[in-house]
Amino acid sequence: MIEFILNNKHITADLPPTTVLLDFIRRESQLTGTKEGCREGDCGACTVILGSLDKSKLNYKSINSCLMPLADVHGKHVVTIEGISPQTNNPDELSPIQQAMVEEGGTQCGFCTPGFVVSTTNYFLNETKPEVSGAINSLGGNICRCTGYAGIIRAVEKSIEAYNKSEKKSNNYKRLIEARFIPEYFLEIPKRLKLIKKQQTKKKQAEFLVGGGTDLYVQRWEELVQTESQFVSNKNVSSEIKIEKGKIVLGGAATIQQILESKIFKKYFPSLASQLELFGSLPIRNRATVAGNIVNASPIGDLSNILLSLDASVHLAGKSKRVVPLRKFYLGYKTLTKKKAEIIEKISFAIPPKHFFFNFEKISKRTYLDIASVNTSIALVAKNGKIESAGISAGGVAPIPLYLTKTCEALVNKEIKTDLLKSVVQVAAEEISPISDARGSAEYKRLLLRQLIYSHFILLFPEKINVEELL
Amino acid sequence: MRNYDSIRHVKGESYFIDDLRIPEGTLYGYVYYSPIAHGKILEIDFSKALQSKGVAGVYSAKDIPGENQIGGIILDENLFADEEVHFIGHPIAVVVADTYLHAKEASKKINAIYEKLKPVLDPREAAEKNLLIIPPRKFELGNVDKSWSECDYIVEGKTDSGGQEHLYLETQGALANITENGGIKISSATQGPTNVQRMISRVLGLPMSKIEVDVQRLGGGFGGKEDQATAWACMAALAAYKLKKPVKIVLNRQDDIRITGKRHPYSSDFKIGLSKEGKILAYEATFYQNAGAVADLSPAILDRTLFHATNSYFVPNVRATALSCKTNLVPFTAFRGFGGPQGIFVFESAIYKAAQVMNIEPAEIQKANLLIEGDEFSFGQKTYQCQAEKTFSQMESDFELEKIQQEINSFNDSNKLVKKGAAVIPICFGISFTTTFLNQASALVHIYTDGSINISTAAVEMGQGVNAKLKHIAAKTLNVDEARIKIESTNTSRVSNTSPTAASKGTDLNGFAVIAACNILIERLQKVAAAELGQDDFTKITFKNEKVFDEGEPTNLTFKDLVNKAYMKRISLTAQAFHSTPDINFDTKTNKGKPFAYHVYGAGIVEVTVDCLRGTYEVDAIKVIHDFGESFHKVIDQGQAEGGIVQGIGWMTSEELSWNSDGRLITDALSTYKVPDIHAMPKEMKIEFLKDSPNDFGPLRSKAVGEPPFLYGIGVYFALMNAMRAFNPNIEVKFDSPLTPEKVLLTLYGTDVGKGL
Repeated sequence: MIEFILNNKHITADLPPTTVLLDFIRRESQLTGTKEGCREGDCGACTVILGSLDKSKLNYKSINSCLMPLADVHGKHVVTIEGISPQTNNPDELSPIQQAMVEEGGTQCGFCTPGFVVSTTNYFLNETKPEVSGAINSLGGNICRCTGYAGIIRAVEKSIEAYNKSEKKSNNYKRLIEARFIPEYFLEIPKRLKLIKKQQTKKKQAEFLVGGGTDLYVQRWEELVQTESQFVSNKNVSSEIKIEKGKIVLGGAATIQQILESKIFKKYFPSLASQLELFGSLPIRNRATVAGNIVNASPIGDLSNILLSLDASVHLAGKSKRVVPLRKFYLGYKTLTKKKAEIIEKISFAIPPKHFFFNFEKISKRTYLDIASVNTSIALVAKNGKIESAGISAGGVAPIPLYLTKTCEALVNKEIKTDLLKSVVQVAAEEISPISDARGSAEYKRLLLRQLIYSHFILLFPEKINVEELL
Repeated sequence: MRNYDSIRHVKGESYFIDDLRIPEGTLYGYVYYSPIAHGKILEIDFSKALQSKGVAGVYSAKDIPGENQIGGIILDENLFADEEVHFIGHPIAVVVADTYLHAKEASKKINAIYEKLKPVLDPREAAEKNLLIIPPRKFELGNVDKSWSECDYIVEGKTDSGGQEHLYLETQGALANITENGGIKISSATQGPTNVQRMISRVLGLPMSKIEVDVQRLGGGFGGKEDQATAWACMAALAAYKLKKPVKIVLNRQDDIRITGKRHPYSSDFKIGLSKEGKILAYEATFYQNAGAVADLSPAILDRTLFHATNSYFVPNVRATALSCKTNLVPFTAFRGFGGPQGIFVFESAIYKAAQVMNIEPAEIQKANLLIEGDEFSFGQKTYQCQAEKTFSQMESDFELEKIQQEINSFNDSNKLVKKGAAVIPICFGISFTTTFLNQASALVHIYTDGSINISTAAVEMGQGVNAKLKHIAAKTLNVDEARIKIESTNTSRVSNTSPTAASKGTDLNGFAVIAACNILIERLQKVAAAELGQDDFTKITFKNEKVFDEGEPTNLTFKDLVNKAYMKRISLTAQAFHSTPDINFDTKTNKGKPFAYHVYGAGIVEVTVDCLRGTYEVDAIKVIHDFGESFHKVIDQGQAEGGIVQGIGWMTSEELSWNSDGRLITDALSTYKVPDIHAMPKEMKIEFLKDSPNDFGPLRSKAVGEPPFLYGIGVYFALMNAMRAFNPNIEVKFDSPLTPEKVLLTLYGTDVGKGL
């Protein structure tokens, strides 16, 4: 039995745990405000808010219900557009966000609109100092094909004004309730969630192990809903990001959004947060896990790319435990050193030493919420212009997330200067084997990787590189 | 002015096809389609699919009781492929089962053997092989051949513009049910309810009177549901008819992208001749339209390319030839602009190339050749209430064009790797269906005894706000509160013989019909009031804000009282009225006439920034002076302009359709086909409403708004080109949209660099 609260209603569902949350909402519950637009987490029409109790604190985050297994909503609060609207008898009464969307022409055909309202509401649930840019970032996963973003942005601005005018309260939910952003029933949710008992799961033979589901449910949802599966959420996989014995350790179940918000990463990789905003969208980052990104083995994975440059280690747990360098983890297209029964418990890599330089570059057809044509990371230790160690990775240029071994060798113990760069990109070119596909032609990917390697050095060592000589 | 559709939308209460509460026992259809682009069906075996779990039936060409034919303009489109398949996605059968997944599972068990034939994918190759949908079309004005000798500059070139996937967020769908008289009642997400009705009637061999099509609203149409909603509706109807059960078909996203039509890709040649002062003396163009496998709306779209071949410029000598080329791709179809943008892209490219050769700014040529009052288009119509120069000069002054250019120059002087560019784009778009007979509509208005009002028209709401606009028009005409009025779904049993909601004409046509119907009711109510008040001349009775006035003096009568009195006096409170656009015509033999009721004008400036190291770019600003006529719903009109512009930017930048050599679309998902997201919005967007532009031919003196603003997006291409030339003046300027980051980088550095690495 899967138990959760859907808007203001307690749900007990006797359904396969792989059931897609979107289908439950639309078909079983007939709450048709949540729309199916793409079933691949790329349009946001199905966005809902997921509330979880962390100890006694309630946290809300937006997710794509089309990629969400029912198993993972057990003990949680699922909020759809119907649960946001004022719960009154007046059919025309609106929340301030809804009101602003109407007044500013933020809705045209209306199909994407509930998703936008839900995402915006989620922004206010998480932000007591709202800003337009932050709100826009939280809408990065919502597509409006009437392309009425201008009206949506005006509505967001107006919603922020309404919020700022509202009276401050001891907690943000109370403030939002009084300002009618959310209905009153939200206050009782923590109490009600506490009453739901932890799910008892039996050990079963399973075809799939579902983590965030953000790729598995895109590729194979039809199989998933008809198959026995296990869920990372039911296993004891850590989602913590911590420092341990001089290493940064990421639990396998940590999400991309956790990395983006992590204080550790902000300290050692100050530029990474804004670069990780190019990873999926907020609802995707809220679910996509570190281990998932690695086992997925996509040649254009973003996190695997970053971790390759950092020489990360993969900690596997099966019958016994073992540690494999990520640089030796990928054997061929979607083939891993990992055995089927093994799972990734955690990833670790050394805390960056002094004189450390890092950069990540990603180019795609559309800047946000797109998969890279080419991505690349660089992690260097350089003292007085001389490179002591180098790690460069490149995605989209080989069947696997690629570590550029020879390119790195060509950099070590060298002075950083324009000529070095010119010769190093030739070495890189010999290590790669891009193919032409939907993300670009092979010659484009070759040229692009050259440009991005240039870009690493132009950004990190502007005084050492003569741009005019380079290009 | 409250927009009631909007209120339902923001609460998630609007019903789209997949949201409709379904009758018990509803079955689900899944479309089985050709996996090859061209071939013969040698054998097909449905037996395993029929035995598959939950399957109720599999229907193909042989099961059609009427005709296997859904072609609109030309009878060349079968509902199900019969002997041959002509594109990947060509429907062959519909599998019906108790659940969607069962239907899809069963479809995988269909066994088909094909003889593969070589597909033709390129329109120029098709033209060479004489694979044309219709004979070539040609518009001519003056004498092109004679005028070349008078030109100081003659510039030739080639352009390509890519297709565009509609990506309406609501995929195609229909829910069909059987009626007691053996007919069909169907909810369809279509822009053309009558077209769906006609084709179901043809496929089932039933009179149109037995088919009722109802359309509540569409989750986006953009032209993609004008003709292409029909097939799925016919399949659902066929299955419902066969099984005597309700059947729903909603395409999944990937199938929708793979198997439905899109904006036509074009490849074109141009030749433009100018005097040394920059006056355009002659223009010749040949358009190769990639029509896909069947005609669909291609011939009408082809004509609109010709109608807009010279954008908002006067060109005394024109010869524009257009070929609709039959290829083995999906049947390309209507998309906002309907061929107009493709023609305008070619002309703007010609101006750009000419300016490059003459070493002047394109804006100089643009400005020197704008249409003025009384100028003749190549199809014989003359401009009336022309706003080309006014919008252009206002754009120059209001947005300080010179200052923008100076700021860009100084930015470019001080930045090596990042460059800015700007471009100007005037627009001109003709309003009316160029197929003249389609310019008709009717409205049915009921007033109930409690004073509430129901209005049915031919207009389909799809986000363009036609419901809110019609409501406003009716309230204004009847002088009542908008809250009294409900705009009904579009239904072929209430309003017959509807033209599709398309060509930006929904509000114009149906708005006039609503006005006419309301006026009938007003006259009846005036007569009732006159009798009540002892007034001999009923025309002395007027209405204002729900109150009745006699010779300008307020009376005690209200609208509601009057309605009741009319009912008691057995006066009809229902009116039906018809409207057809007056004074338009077009002779398709001479290709001359007055096809348009009026034109919409405007001028815009686009500013962009290109990262010349990485090949990426941003649109910094787009500012337009746009001619809305006398806008009576600024929120909707502004939204239409803003949305159209960003959709146009998408067409020019990130929206790239790629097919492999087998004719398979490889950008067939949202993960690979990239429409603009909120970050892709221009950082600044300004829509200025042109003042003093009353329109004699629009309801409440307004102008149509749906399509024209799309054209401003074309300016982005040339702004990007300017920024790229600031980085490297020697780049090869190609006119090949969309200008993806890939093309930017390969243009800046040359394709050989990548190959050489």
